[in-house]
Amino acid sequence: MEEKRLLLGDEALALAALHAGLTGVYAYPGTPSTEITEFIQNHPLTRERGIHCDWSCNEKTAMEGALGVSYAGKRALVCMKHVGMNVCADTFVNAGMTGANGGLVVAACDDPSMHSSQNEQDSRFYGAFAMVPVFEPSNQQEAYEMTRYAYPFSERLHIPVLMRLTTRMAHSRAVVKTREGEPENGLHFPENPRQWVLLPANAKVRNDQLVKDYLHFEEEAVRSPFNHLTEGTDHRLGIIACGISYNYLMENFPDGCPYPVLKVSQYPFPRALARKLAEQCESLLVLEEGQPLVEERLNGVFPPQKPVHGRLDGTLPRTGELTPDCVRKALGLPALKAHAASDAVVARPPALCQGCGHRDFYTALNAVIKEYPTSRVFSDIGCYTLGWLAPFHAFQTCVEMGASLTMAQGAAHSGVWPSVAVIGDSTFTHSGMTGLLDAVNSKADVTLCISDNLTTGMTGGQDSAGTGRLEAICEGIGVEPEHIRTIVPLPKNYPEMEQVIREELEYHGVSVIICRRECIQTAKRHLAAKKQ
Amino acid sequence: MKKDIILAGVGGQGILSIATVIGAAALEQGLYLKQAEVHGMSQRGGDVQSNLRLSSAPIHSDLIPRGGADLIVSLEPMEALRYLPYLSENGWIITNTVPFKNIPNYPEMADIQASLDAAGQVIAIDVDEIAKSVLSPRSANMVLLGATAAVLDILDPDKLRDGIRKVFARKGEAIVETNVKAFDAGYASALKNR
Repeated sequence: MEEKRLLLGDEALALAALHAGLTGVYAYPGTPSTEITEFIQNHPLTRERGIHCDWSCNEKTAMEGALGVSYAGKRALVCMKHVGMNVCADTFVNAGMTGANGGLVVAACDDPSMHSSQNEQDSRFYGAFAMVPVFEPSNQQEAYEMTRYAYPFSERLHIPVLMRLTTRMAHSRAVVKTREGEPENGLHFPENPRQWVLLPANAKVRNDQLVKDYLHFEEEAVRSPFNHLTEGTDHRLGIIACGISYNYLMENFPDGCPYPVLKVSQYPFPRALARKLAEQCESLLVLEEGQPLVEERLNGVFPPQKPVHGRLDGTLPRTGELTPDCVRKALGLPALKAHAASDAVVARPPALCQGCGHRDFYTALNAVIKEYPTSRVFSDIGCYTLGWLAPFHAFQTCVEMGASLTMAQGAAHSGVWPSVAVIGDSTFTHSGMTGLLDAVNSKADVTLCISDNLTTGMTGGQDSAGTGRLEAICEGIGVEPEHIRTIVPLPKNYPEMEQVIREELEYHGVSVIICRRECIQTAKRHLAAKKQ
Repeated sequence: MKKDIILAGVGGQGILSIATVIGAAALEQGLYLKQAEVHGMSQRGGDVQSNLRLSSAPIHSDLIPRGGADLIVSLEPMEALRYLPYLSENGWIITNTVPFKNIPNYPEMADIQASLDAAGQVIAIDVDEIAKSVLSPRSANMVLLGATAAVLDILDPDKLRDGIRKVFARKGEAIVETNVKAFDAGYASALKNR
């Protein structure tokens, strides 16, 4: 049944996956991807069909779970933010080697301009690296259409596909027309079982096949309904517009673009279409959100036959997300008339919520750390990363999920004392547990503080994988029970908290301090739900 | 016909429910719509904005170009000014006058006022006070939406009231009526203050 709905790009992708007969979604929350999984979790069809939708511990376990679904012949979706691709890269790249049986779509949401991330890596590189086709919708309707298209595509070509969204696509709403859904696939196993056992003997055969297939994937991209070459009247310039950059181009030409345009939303990059464009134009402009992947490939080491403009030659900013304004400038059009900026505006950085347990934890930690001028604190990814800002300035490093404890160990091995790690509960179960085992095995002199708010806070309060079991997990990994301490972060407990922190800093071995109080946001929500 | 709106405020103030109601009304009226939101880290007490675009023709960009916004609608006065370079020459600012001071270096209100005065067409009202006066203290954002309706000629105010009913329906009739009342009070106040 056809229906019109107002949907985020994330939600359009999610609904299309449900309509494509999804059997399971596997994901770890991460901005801007979280809403894909949440939409599926809250959809009636999910309950009706018993679609798997629990959060995974991390992106690697998520990707592996989905690969299992695909092996069983059913359709799966994996969702993550761009840096999650690093976590699941081992599985993702080798899923290119096994290929897909049931349709397998991997949704990676990139965050150019780093609205809520630590880098602006471009997931399209992973597609090329793993020799996997990539789809990059330019609008919400296309996010829906492409996902519907991607499942049978994945099954027909026996390959996982990467669906790349960027922040403005993921978190922007538009009206989306949806169509009749399909039932789930039945259980059926791969035709070629050898492909799923990546022993060198099998993998060599498969690798040769994948290289051949990759050329075939490019032919698909040349014929793709999502890529097209539009004629123009002015041949001084030809424009290659990837993903949502196509919108910024068209925004600046409300009456139609005078230049020939190649819209690219499906990869491998369709070189035949680019050649056709280049033949008729004097120069080229490449518009792409993220890193200059296409531009770099067109603009090699040797002098190009045709000038290629884009992010590399400064026609567009080298970093940051594209905007209608920077694209306008690249097209040589005059800026629109606008008001001048006001002098009466200052920055308003995000901050930890009032009443948040992380605040009380940092207050107590800072009080003790002051007594140890040689100490270093290694933190991690989550709301508590905001503890670097005023007034806490509570730690010296934050790199990626799980790096706190392992970096603290390296520092301890190098003679840093006290060496303290700060990690959230969800980040600990995502990527901290194996590091804790390393610490126990090497008898590292480190103190691990798990600031446990019983949820995945930064992304809006999703379930945290280890809730209620952190002490048991630490004990199971081998931390001595008397050095697993639990405290409640509240101002009235500061003296006790400081005493516990001091004692464990002084202990020359692995100690864990679990600092536990529910996230103030989820606590409010739980209270409101109880009242109703 | 098109209306490009920048919704502004501080994380947690409730700009997204304004966007949701406008979205429901626009869908009902058969308009094209794009609405880019901010999620994630910046929602923790930082500045937040949403680009809302309504048009009778298809819309390309999810983002409003500089100088392209017809309206800046803000739940906080300094946040209204943050997006001034996006406001078109003939654009309107509809803003709450009550500052949200969660930073140590919040500017002098006189400087904010001077900047607003220089911006041209401004409706500045105390939405918190108006919300309280009609016994809807938690519906300040709907007061602001009501004030916006007074200059938002692309949408019928009745369609916006229907939007409120639709969006708040699951919270019960009492909440719906409180929000409609807040909307009406904002609408009346803007007609008086424009």
